[in-house]
Parts: sequence; C-alpha cells; structure tokens
Amino acid sequence: MTRDLVLRVLGKVLIPFVLLFALYVQFHGDFGPGGGFQAGVITAAAVIFYAIIFGLPAARRFAPDRLVESMIAAGVLIYGGVGVFGILMGGNYLDYFVLAHDTVHGQERGIFWVEVGVAFTVSGVMTKVFYQFAERRRVVDEA
Amino acid sequence: MTLLTMMAVVTVAIVVQRNLFAVVVFGSIYSFLMATALVALDAVDVAMTEASVGAGMSTVLLLTALNLTRGDEVKPLRRPLLPLFVAIVIGAALVYGTFGLPAFSDPQAAIHLHVVPRYLVDSLRETGVPNVVTSVLASYRGYDTLGETTVVFTAGAGVIALLRRRRGKAKQ
Amino acid sequence: MSFTGHYTYWVTIFLMIAGLYIVIARGNLVKKLIGLGIFQTSVYILYIAPGKLIGGTAPILAASFHTYSNPLPHVLILTAIVVGVATLALGLAIVVRIREAYDSIEEDEILEIDRSEGEAQ
Repeated sequence: MTRDLVLRVLGKVLIPFVLLFALYVQFHGDFGPGGGFQAGVITAAAVIFYAIIFGLPAARRFAPDRLVESMIAAGVLIYGGVGVFGILMGGNYLDYFVLAHDTVHGQERGIFWVEVGVAFTVSGVMTKVFYQFAERRRVVDEA
Repeated sequence: MTLLTMMAVVTVAIVVQRNLFAVVVFGSIYSFLMATALVALDAVDVAMTEASVGAGMSTVLLLTALNLTRGDEVKPLRRPLLPLFVAIVIGAALVYGTFGLPAFSDPQAAIHLHVVPRYLVDSLRETGVPNVVTSVLASYRGYDTLGETTVVFTAGAGVIALLRRRRGKAKQ
Repeated sequence: MSFTGHYTYWVTIFLMIAGLYIVIARGNLVKKLIGLGIFQTSVYILYIAPGKLIGGTAPILAASFHTYSNPLPHVLILTAIVVGVATLALGLAIVVRIREAYDSIEEDEILEIDRSEGEAQ
C-alpha cells in the first residue's frame, strides 16, 4: 500500500469513472467502438489500479476471489447458455433470430448477452491472473 | 508510415536492450504506437483493445512477473550468428513473397471482394447494430468468439493451476 | 509495384523477423516471451493493413458515409489480442514456476543444471 496522498486521492476520484467508462464501452459497443472484450479488460484494470494503490487485501475485499473465480466460469456459461436457449426456442445453436418475436430484436438480444458473457470471463481471468502473480511473492517468502 | 517506422525503431531498442525492466517499458511504448497506427488504419475497436490490453494488462503482468524473477539478462555464451542468418533468410523469402501481393489500399484486392460486402450491406438490416465489427464478432461469427472465450477461460484456469497456493505448504 | 504500396508489408516482415530473432537467439525466458509478443503484433498489422481503404472510414454504419474499411480482419485480430494476453499470462506463470524450481530463467543455466543432475544420478 502506498502512503502517497496524491495517488490515494486521485485513485479514489478516478476509479469510479474508470468503472463507469467500462460500462459505457460495454453497452455502447453496438454503436461505437467497444464491446465485451474491451469492457472486461477495463474493469479488470480498475481493480488492478485499486490493488496497486491500496494494497492487495483491500482489492480482495472489493472483489473477493470467490466472486472473481465464479465470474470466469459464469461468462462461458452465459455464452453457451445463449446458444442452448436458441435450441430451446426452436432454432440452431447460437441462432439469435428466434430469441424474440422480431428477428432484429432477437439479434440485438443475442448480441447483448453474448457480450455480457465475454466481459465476465475476460475481466474475471485478468483480475484473477493479477491476484495470482501479486500474491506469489508472499508465498515464496513464507516457504 | 511514420508510425510504422517508429515501431521498427522501438523494436530495435527492444532487441538490443538487456535490462528487462527497460524492455517492458519499451514494449509498452511499442503497444501505444501500435494502437495509434491501428486508429490510422480505421481499426478503432482493435486499437482500443490494443491500448488497454497491450499497453496496460501485458505491461502490468510482465512487471509483476519480473518482480518474481530476475531483472537482467546474462550475456550469451555464443555469438548469435546462426539465428541472425536464419532470420535474414526467412525475411528475404517473405520480402520476395510480398511482390505478389496487392498494393496498399487497392479496392480490387481479393480481401474486399468476398463476404465483406454482404456484411456491410445487410448487417444493419439483419441485426440492427450499426457497428459492423460488433455484429460480425457476436452474431455472424459467434462460434469463433465462443471458441476464443473458451481459450481465455482455459488460460485463466491454467494460471490458477500453476500458481495456486498449496494449502498444506502454507500451514508449515 | 511501388515503394509506398508495399511499405507496410516490409515493416511487418521486419517486426516479424525481429521477434523471431529474439525467440531464437536470446536465452532469457521472459525476453523470449516478449519476442513472441512482437512476432504476434506484427501479424496484427499484416491482417489490418490490407483491409484499409484510403478515403474509407471505420466500419460503423452511418448514412453520411459510403466507403468503409474491411471489418473482417478487425474481428479476427480483436479476439487474437485478448487471447494473446491470456496465453502470455500462462507463459509467465510457467516461467515463475521454472524460476522457483531452478532459481534461474536463463535457458543455458537451466540446461546445465539438468545435465549435472542427470550425471549425478
């Protein structure tokens, strides 16, 4: 944890906006540049920024390991689930046309959920990988 | 063109430099130049990804890994003549290959004539999403993206398996 | 066949063989991974540059534009970048484990340790 006042105050001011920007990138990805991959990485970057300034235990309280690990699996499940839902609605695997009464709405709905799944997995993996690398030093020192 | 030349210069710096921390910082500069070049090439989605992933995540991961290992390279025992020779021969063969490729921004190149016109014309009507990159990524090539997500998932699981703290060891 | 028409290809090839040279010639495992990263990023330009049309715009459809650059390579490379960082993390994790087992990340030293252990047995 750093004792630098400037970093701590700036971090507190900036991190909410980084998370907000991640949400903007996620949901505005249909109309501008962005999408699940970018939003996932930006979310993970916000958590890592927080961990660098306030220390790993503080970041773990904000995003616990259990949550991060289940996000990794949940993303792939959501993506696969959209495909299975397409089959249940009478289409092929990953067929979005059948997800709503109107084919265009079905497409939009399918793309939305697929992007959510991608964002979950990517942000979970990036955060978890950083946790693993950052905590490793302590493990080695203890051994 | 200027950007690409700058990237080549940074690459030379990466090859020559032996301090790994300097190499990682050069790598970050390289990624930002790459992102700028991608904006110039109209690939805004890719540029955004490269700026956040290449310059952000990769740098952080490399720095945390360097924290766990050593910061300097040792001098190699042999002179690297054979690798240099191999690299130059492969490079010459590839340059010879470029003479058969279409020139930059040739509208008649094969890449612009197949599949893509259909995406550009029909994508908005079929999916209602103006950003063609998003609609192709998530809808037309959904299987592809499902595979990529699974690869990211698998790589994350691999890292967890490799670096997981062993419970029995920690208690001793 | 003009200089400006093929310049992007040649820079791509330069980056590619620079990455290849680092991977072959350097013994340090982290440096090898960075070289692999440069090789990988050169492929991004190889894909994206032919898709650019001068006078075109980014492939986000709007009524006021008619020429768009090719979106297909963008999609392929977008996913490749994220997969690239995931595999980089996996490679670094293996390097960290090697460092803990051998106390070195230099290829020559690791081979030396392996050889002397083989003779001792």
